Amino acid sequence: MSVNLPPAAGGPTGDLTPGGSPAPDPASGGLLPGTTGTVVAAGPGRDDGGPVKGTSVWKDAFLRLRRNPAAIAGAVIVALFLLVAVLAPLIAPYPGEAVPGAREITPGHIPGPGELPQFPLGLDRFGGDVLSKLIWGAQSSLMIGVVSTALGLAGGMVLGLLAGAFGGWVDGVVMRIVDILLSVPNLLLAVSIAAVLGQGPYAVMIAIGVSQVPIFARLLRSSMLSQKSADYVLAAQTLGLSRRTITMSHVLPNSVGPVIVQATLTLATAVIDAAALSFLGLGGGRPETAEWGRMLTYAQSELGIAPWLAFLPGLCIAVTALGFTLLGESLREALDPKSRAR
Amino acid sequence: MSGMGDVRAEDERTPRVEPEPLLQIRDLQVDFTTMHGSVRAVEDASLSLEAGRTLAVVGESGSGKSTTAMAAIGLLAGNGKVTGGSIRFNGQDLVGLPESRMRDIRGRQIGLVPQDPMSNLNPVSRIGTQVAETLLTHRLATRRDVDARVVEVLEAAGIPEAGRRSRQYPHELSGGLRQRALIAVALACRPRLLIADEPTSALDVTVQQVILDQIEQMTQELGTAILLITHDLGLAAERAQDLVVMHRGKVVESGPAAQLLEDPQHPYTRSLVRAAPSVAAVRLAPEAFTGARGEDHPAPAQREGHPGARPLPDGGTAGALPASAPVRAEDGRGWGRGAGADTEPLVTITDLTKVYPVRGGDDFYAARNVSLEIPRGTTVSIVGESGSGKTTTARMLLRLIEPTSGSITFDGRDVLTLDRRELRDFRQRVQAVFQDPYSSLNPMFTVGRIIEEPLIAYKRGGARERRDRVVELMDQVALPSSMHRRYPAELSGGQRQRVAIARALALRPELIVCDEPVSALDVLVQDQILTLLGDLQQELGLSYLFISHDLAVVRLISDYVCVMKDGELVEAATSEEIFTNPRHAYTRRLLASIPGNELGIETGVA
Repeated sequence: MSVNLPPAAGGPTGDLTPGGSPAPDPASGGLLPGTTGTVVAAGPGRDDGGPVKGTSVWKDAFLRLRRNPAAIAGAVIVALFLLVAVLAPLIAPYPGEAVPGAREITPGHIPGPGELPQFPLGLDRFGGDVLSKLIWGAQSSLMIGVVSTALGLAGGMVLGLLAGAFGGWVDGVVMRIVDILLSVPNLLLAVSIAAVLGQGPYAVMIAIGVSQVPIFARLLRSSMLSQKSADYVLAAQTLGLSRRTITMSHVLPNSVGPVIVQATLTLATAVIDAAALSFLGLGGGRPETAEWGRMLTYAQSELGIAPWLAFLPGLCIAVTALGFTLLGESLREALDPKSRAR
Repeated sequence: MSGMGDVRAEDERTPRVEPEPLLQIRDLQVDFTTMHGSVRAVEDASLSLEAGRTLAVVGESGSGKSTTAMAAIGLLAGNGKVTGGSIRFNGQDLVGLPESRMRDIRGRQIGLVPQDPMSNLNPVSRIGTQVAETLLTHRLATRRDVDARVVEVLEAAGIPEAGRRSRQYPHELSGGLRQRALIAVALACRPRLLIADEPTSALDVTVQQVILDQIEQMTQELGTAILLITHDLGLAAERAQDLVVMHRGKVVESGPAAQLLEDPQHPYTRSLVRAAPSVAAVRLAPEAFTGARGEDHPAPAQREGHPGARPLPDGGTAGALPASAPVRAEDGRGWGRGAGADTEPLVTITDLTKVYPVRGGDDFYAARNVSLEIPRGTTVSIVGESGSGKTTTARMLLRLIEPTSGSITFDGRDVLTLDRRELRDFRQRVQAVFQDPYSSLNPMFTVGRIIEEPLIAYKRGGARERRDRVVELMDQVALPSSMHRRYPAELSGGQRQRVAIARALALRPELIVCDEPVSALDVLVQDQILTLLGDLQQELGLSYLFISHDLAVVRLISDYVCVMKDGELVEAATSEEIFTNPRHAYTRRLLASIPGNELGIETGVA
C-alpha cells in the first residue's frame, strides 16, 4: 500500500508542483469547523487511521527506479553480465585459456562465427573459442571493475569523511593529498604499480582504485559540507549530541546518496579502464588469458581477416558500461530531491 | 485609456459595466501528470478582471492560485496542461493558442513579476542587458536608443542612479532593488495586465510596502490591471478591490474585498479571515495565560496587570534593558523583576556582542550590546528584518555561536562558562525549534526516531518507556501516533513543525528558543502552530524566546517584544506597549508596514 503514498510535495514550490498538496493539519482546536474533516478525507494517501509504514528515501528511490525503463534496461544488462560471470564455469563450453581449435587455424584464415558448429562465435588466432573467452572475460572484467571501484570507494570515503567531518587543517591536508593523487596520470600510476607488484590483475585493480579515490573523496566531502549547514544538524547540536553522533548518524547517511550514484557510474569507467590497461599488457597473464581488453590487443593484428575478434569484446565492454551508466543515471534521478516531487 | 489613474476610486463607488472584462477565466481545469497518475491542480476556477482594476487571488500553498495565473500566461510546468475551460484575454481565447502567438502576448500585453527576485534574474548578465532584452524583443527600442530607454524604464521603477545600476550585476543589488528591476522588466512594454505572483513574499516588511506602492503607482499611470497572487489576506485586502479565495484547486468565494472580509460566506474564507494575524491581532487568549499559570507557576505574578502600560525606561536607546533598570513608580514592578528569588528572570542577557572581523574593512557587528531578560513562563520576542542580528542573538543563547563579549545567565548560572557536564545539563533545559521544518528534520529518520533521539541521547528510560514517551509527546502536539513510522518527506509543513516541537519538548525543557517557527507555513497552519505553542506554554509553564520578522505574528504570542535593527536593540517593552505606543521611529515604520493593519498607530506618532 505504501506504493500509493505520494511524497508530500508542497513546501516552497507547493503552488507549482501539486503532487499531493499538504492538507491543513488535522489537529488543533477545531480551527476549521466543517472543513477540517473533509479536507483530511480528501487528502490523497493521507490515511491516518491505522499504523502506516513510511517510505524511506532509499525505498522511495527504489520505487522510482522500478518505474523507469532506462533503469530496468540497465539493471537487466548488468544482471545478465553478472549472471554470466558467476556461472562461467557452468556455461562456458571450454576453459578460459584452452585452445581447443588450435588445429583449425591455418595461416591466413581464422574460422569466424557460424563457420564451425562447435565454435559458434568463431576462434581466435591461438585457436581459443571466442564464446568461452567472452564468458570468462566477463568474469575477470567485472571482477576488476567491482574490486577496483570498491577500493576507490573505500579510500575515497575515508578521506572524504575525515575532511568533511573535521574540516579545518585536517580538511586542508586531506584535500592536498587528494590533489596529489589527482595530478598523477592514471596510466603512469598503473605502470608504476605494475613495476612494483609485477604485471597482473592486482596491479590493474589497485591502479584503477587509486585513481578513483579523489572522485569519491571530493564528492563525499562536498556533500557532507552542504548537509552540515542543514537545520537538522543545528537541531542536533542544540540537543547536545556529540560530534561523532551528528557526523555518523545524521550527516553521513544523508551525504552518501551522490557517492553511491557515482560508484555505479564509476563501475562503467572501471570496466573500460580495466580493458584499456589490459590492452596495454599491464594485466599480466598469458596472451591467451580470457580478458576483454587482452582479447582486443591480439585482435589488432588480425583486424583484416577476423574483425569479430575486435568487435565482440568491444561490444561486451560497451554494453556493460552502458548498463552501469543507465543504472547510475537513473539512480541519480531517483535520488534527486527535485525530481522527487513529481 | 485616459483617466486611468482615477479608475480605482471611481470603480469603488459604481462597478463599471463593460461588455467584456480584460481577463476572463471560466471553468478552468488544470491537470498535472505525476508518477502517481494525473493530479487535478485547478478545478472549475472562474474569475474575471476588468481593465485597470486589481484582483487578488488568495490561498494557501497548493491551493492552485499560482497555477491559475501561470495557465493564464501559458507558463505551466512541463507536466501541466489545461484540460478544460477557457481563458479569454482581451477578446481572445488563450487556451490552445500556439506558442508563437503566446510569446507575443507574454511580456508585450501580460507582464509577470515573479516571487523570488533572487532567482529570477540571470546572475551572469547585467541588469540593463536584461531589461534591454525585453525592449528589443518586443521592438519597443532600437539598438541605438535602447540604453536610454533602459535607464528610463529603470527610473520609472524607482531605481536610484539608474544609469549606474543598469551596468551592475544582480548580486550587487539588494532584494528590493532586484524586485524593482523585475518590475521594470515586467512593465517595460506597458502591458495591459500585470500578474504579480507573491511579489513581496521574499522581501523584508518595510521593503514590501515600498515595492507594492511602486507597483500600484506605475500600473495606475499605465492603466494596467493587476492579478495579484498572495497568501496574505491582509495584503490582498489592502491592495485589491476584488478578491478570489482559492482552496484545494477550487474557487470557494469571490467578491469585493471589503465585503469578503467583513462578511465571509464560505467556512474556509471565514477561517482564513480569523487566522490572518494582521487582521485580527490580539495576544492569543491572554486571560487563559494569566489565570491558569498564576497558580501552577509562581513566576508570572507580575503579569497580572499586563494589559496596562509597563514601558521600559527610555525605550528609544540601544541596550534598552540594563540590569539595573529603574522601576516605574506607578507600577511597582519592572519587567520581570519582582521581589523574591523565584521571580528572578530565567534568562538574563547583558551587553551581548558578536563581532565578525572583515578583511580590509570595518568589523561587522552582528549584535551589539544586546541586553534583555526572559521572565519565567513568558514569551519574549525579538523582531527585526533580515540582518538585524535576531538569529545571531538566539544562537548565542543556544551556545551555537560564541559571543565576542557580554554575558548570558540561565537560571542564575553563567551560560558562557559552563563546563562539559553543566553544558549537558543546559542543553537539556534549553531546546530550539527552527524556521524551516523542511530542513530541520533528518530526512533519513522516521518521525518516531526523530522524537526519540533526545531521549536516547540522554538515556531517559528503557526502550519501552521511551516509546511511551514518544506517543505521549505526539499526542501533546496533536499528531496521530500512527504517524511515528512515517518519514518527514511524507508530512505537511505544519505536521513537520509539530514533530520539531515534540522533539523540543521531549526532555521537558524550561526554555524553548523558537527561531521563526511559523514563517515557512501557511496562514491557517501558522495559526494552529501558534495556538499549540500557547497551549503548551500554559500546560507546561514553558518560557519562549520567539524570533520573528513578522510583527503581526509576534503580537499573537508575545508578552514582551524587543525590536532589533542592524545588530542593536532599538526598543523593548511589553507587547501592548509596542503595539499601542511605539517609541522608536523604526518600530513605527515596522508597524506601518504590516499589510492591512488596523492598528491605530497614528496615535503613537507624536
